[in-house]
Amino acid sequence: MAEYIKLIDVTKCTGCRGCQVACKQWNSLPAVDTMFTGSLQNPKDLNYNTWCLIRFDEVEKDGKLNWLMRHDACMHCETPACAKACPSPGALTKNENGSVVHNPAYCIGCRSCIVACPFDIPRNDKALEKMAKCSLCHDRIDDGKKPACVTACPTGCLTFGTKEEMLKAAEKRAEKVKGVIYPANPHYETHVMYILPGTVGVEDFSHMNPHPKMPATLYWWKNLFKPFTLIGIAGVAGAAFLHYIIKGPHRVHEKKEGGE
Amino acid sequence: MTNHWNDIQHADAILIMGSNPAENHPISFKWVNEARTKRGAKLIVVDPRFTRSAATADIYARLRPGTDIAFLGAVINYAIEKNRIHEEYVKNYTDAAYIVNPAFQGATDLDGLFSGLTGAKYDKATWAYEMDENGIPKQDLTLQDPLCVYQLLKKHYSRYTIKKVSDITGCDAADLEAVCETYTATCKPELSGTIMYAMGTTQHTYGSQNVRAFAVLQLLLGNIGNAGGGINALRGESNVQGSTDHGALFHILTGYLKYPKANQPTLAVYNEQNTPKNKDPKSLNWWGNTPKYMASLMKAWWRDADLETAYSYLPKIDDGKNYSYLPIYSAMANGEIKGMFVWGMNPAVGAPSSKMIRKAIAQLDWMVCVDLWETETSAFWQKEAGVNPADIKTEVFLLPAASSMEKEGSISNSGRWCQWRYKAIDPVGHAEDDLWIINQIVNRTKALYAKEGGAFPDPIANLTWNYGKVGLDGKIHPPSPREVAKEINGYFIAEKEIEDKAKGEIKKFKPGDIVPSFAMLQDDGSTVCGCWVYAGSIDDKGENKMMKRDPADPTGLGMFPNWSWSWPVNRRIVYNRASVNVEGKPFSKEKPVLWWSPLKKAWLGDIPDGNGDPDAILPFIMVPHGRGMLFAAGMSDGPFPEHYEPLESVVKNTLSNSQVSPVITRWDEKAKEETCNPILAAGCIAALYGSEEAKEFPTICSTYRVSEHWQTGQMTRWIPWLNELVPNQFVEMSEEFAREHGITFGDKVKLTSARNVEGITAYAMITKRLKPFRIQGKDIHMVGITWHFGYKGLATGGNANDLTPFIGDPNTMIPEYKAFLVKVEKA
Repeated sequence: MAEYIKLIDVTKCTGCRGCQVACKQWNSLPAVDTMFTGSLQNPKDLNYNTWCLIRFDEVEKDGKLNWLMRHDACMHCETPACAKACPSPGALTKNENGSVVHNPAYCIGCRSCIVACPFDIPRNDKALEKMAKCSLCHDRIDDGKKPACVTACPTGCLTFGTKEEMLKAAEKRAEKVKGVIYPANPHYETHVMYILPGTVGVEDFSHMNPHPKMPATLYWWKNLFKPFTLIGIAGVAGAAFLHYIIKGPHRVHEKKEGGE
Repeated sequence: MTNHWNDIQHADAILIMGSNPAENHPISFKWVNEARTKRGAKLIVVDPRFTRSAATADIYARLRPGTDIAFLGAVINYAIEKNRIHEEYVKNYTDAAYIVNPAFQGATDLDGLFSGLTGAKYDKATWAYEMDENGIPKQDLTLQDPLCVYQLLKKHYSRYTIKKVSDITGCDAADLEAVCETYTATCKPELSGTIMYAMGTTQHTYGSQNVRAFAVLQLLLGNIGNAGGGINALRGESNVQGSTDHGALFHILTGYLKYPKANQPTLAVYNEQNTPKNKDPKSLNWWGNTPKYMASLMKAWWRDADLETAYSYLPKIDDGKNYSYLPIYSAMANGEIKGMFVWGMNPAVGAPSSKMIRKAIAQLDWMVCVDLWETETSAFWQKEAGVNPADIKTEVFLLPAASSMEKEGSISNSGRWCQWRYKAIDPVGHAEDDLWIINQIVNRTKALYAKEGGAFPDPIANLTWNYGKVGLDGKIHPPSPREVAKEINGYFIAEKEIEDKAKGEIKKFKPGDIVPSFAMLQDDGSTVCGCWVYAGSIDDKGENKMMKRDPADPTGLGMFPNWSWSWPVNRRIVYNRASVNVEGKPFSKEKPVLWWSPLKKAWLGDIPDGNGDPDAILPFIMVPHGRGMLFAAGMSDGPFPEHYEPLESVVKNTLSNSQVSPVITRWDEKAKEETCNPILAAGCIAALYGSEEAKEFPTICSTYRVSEHWQTGQMTRWIPWLNELVPNQFVEMSEEFAREHGITFGDKVKLTSARNVEGITAYAMITKRLKPFRIQGKDIHMVGITWHFGYKGLATGGNANDLTPFIGDPNTMIPEYKAFLVKVEKA
């Protein structure tokens, strides 16, 4: 199966939020009861029922006002920290097509993925004790369709295609608009990429990590210490077995009626 | 639109002014982006607010609400002074060389006025061209005669200097000059610039003149008729183009035929007064066909009556009267109107001074609302509206209607593409489609007249209503929109032989034959046609061309001639004869709309505006003399657009002593008369420049829409996903304004106006995107508010139109929603 990339050309975004609604429609996500937030950004942040969000920032630079609008959703990492952190097999799966998909049936609501994500994307529902995030509409991809947000985008800001095509398109476009590709490849590989306008920097966009990487603790824990935990588990099991051999099975002592 | 949506991709410069397509016409930005990516087009956005359209623009220029003519005057002046005009086009295709009556005096001579002003009306006798002995306008092709249109235009706009205009509009002089420089660069014959406008242009007491200023600029630059050019009205509703095409306005019948007046008692008089005359053999003067179109329409409505009788059935507009929005509600407030149908509309939120409108509605005996949901209008009698239901005497009927997915029919987009739409699902509950409802009403009314008679039953009793017939069982069968489409296209009802002079043959038609084009319509009653501009939308085999979905694009310009059907005669770009020179060669080799093939002796490309060899006809076929009008005598308020201030303004007009347009109907003055009805007296008052009210309401306010809601919110505020995005009414203000007024993040504010001292509340959106305007050495503030909110629906909020003024443009009566005065204070 081909590997895909969703490309977000911020220079073409008009903040219409068609993607935000299309995402809810395809994924049958209910509307969140919101209130005025001070800007057009609403809901204020991603949440269990809002998997993509246009973030609005007003930034004055060199005497010029920039009204930045950015489609924020899961980046679908090549080496997803969320899946790595997840202790429940099957709850977070990286697919061949590039999507990283959560399965609520296996999610135990431990929030490990939330702590691990370098982009702060997964969100938890406290009552349900489940996490949720963008799935890149992997069900649509399997059906030969584009993600719902891409199909809805009227301006050409969101495009979707094979990894090869999109990497080329991104380079070409970035050169044309003197923009920046984010995240810089091969520094950190994802299946969602941005073209940011060259007039502003990554740091001007709210909720954007200028240096995304796998959390060091997670790396150390999962890659280096995890083998030791296996030794630990094997050790405990071995000790239990030894105990059984030496001491024999556990016997329950019957209590005598009436006390002493 | 003279052009169409995907033609925007061919523009070299795009001027977005008086519109905000990124928010209100989001899909158009696909083509804006296409032009920028593929052609390197420059995007210019001129708006009081830094909008989502402005966010990606190459040049953003701010202007104070209501100063569009001043702004465009500077661009026109720049084009003339720097000779950045398309000279060949201007000389051959516009009226620049025509000599004007020497008695004509313009705004330069008359301090902002034009000759002929008596009271609040212009006598336009001097606004005329000088004619030669053959009755053709005299010309000076050197454009040097001081009486020629070009010299008069030059003189008129010489006052609109960058410095002066910067001081009127509050636009930074450097930004203004950058707009002038960038946009007038499209004067090169091979380049084109497009103008995308909407209600920010039109909703002023000089809204029509704002559009005229676009026309003048585009004609000077040679930007009409070509690909990537034109004056493009972005329609605010998906089928509003269709509604005006089919006569859903008070002053026109279908196909833009003028509506008859009481002083035109017979069809002969109507035809005499409404058929323009022309003696120039090169001018087609298309409106010269008015009698044919009118006769065919009369026959569509009253098949069995003779033409004069049919015409006599049409109600006439009383002399000197106007039945637009404002006069209708004024008459309603005065108790002159007893009943009203409100069909897919929500005047209780959408109308100006809507608090007064709701009081006017309460004077009705009955009201029928046809809508998807209960709207503020159909619920005007409820407690949420702030009234006691027991006090309301109006009987209200709410008929549930089918949504666009639940009915079949045609939809005409802004680019005049008429596309057939099929029914996807059955309507919910008791909802019915509009055609079903109107059919029931007509048939039942006819039956009532037949049974009971009446004062004047003939127009209804004799009305041709040959669709949705009553069956033998007495039930009314639902009509099909396809039957209506056939009548709109037109067909013969008598044997007819018509000579085709071009082909030298005689065509024979028999009753029932489809009218192949409006050129075949007759003035003798042998044809019926519901809307002449739609003639040709159905072919001779009865195939509905609006259903065509062939994606072939032979010109490569995205005109898709077999995808839907475009009026007139499937022409995709109107006035396209102006895209070629007098030899028939396209001005732009790269994007030719049309070209003459000397070998085939034929035009290739788009459907040409009028046949004949190159230079055989003049390109502006709807104008009597055939040339684009820089000088427009048909306007009520002047042949050249002149800057005036909005009715409510805190700024003195420094260009002349004519503060406001001299010919607007002054409802605010009527409101002061002692005999004025108290409803109107309270709802029509205005804060005029220099008055006590203007001191009390010192802040400019403008209304607008956002992507997330639509119109009065009557559809969108019932959709939770959209309410999630914009849940509350808000008012945008600059950081400077908020600081001065002690308003901080998250505050609720109260807005009041001269018409509404109780005011409305909204959340304050404090933003860098608004800044005070520096005008005549003073900082002038503005705020902006959406008009999407009301008291019904899942999301509710303050209704902006409870504040807006009751005043309109003298040509169209469109209300001045875009510039008025308010007071803003912390709630």
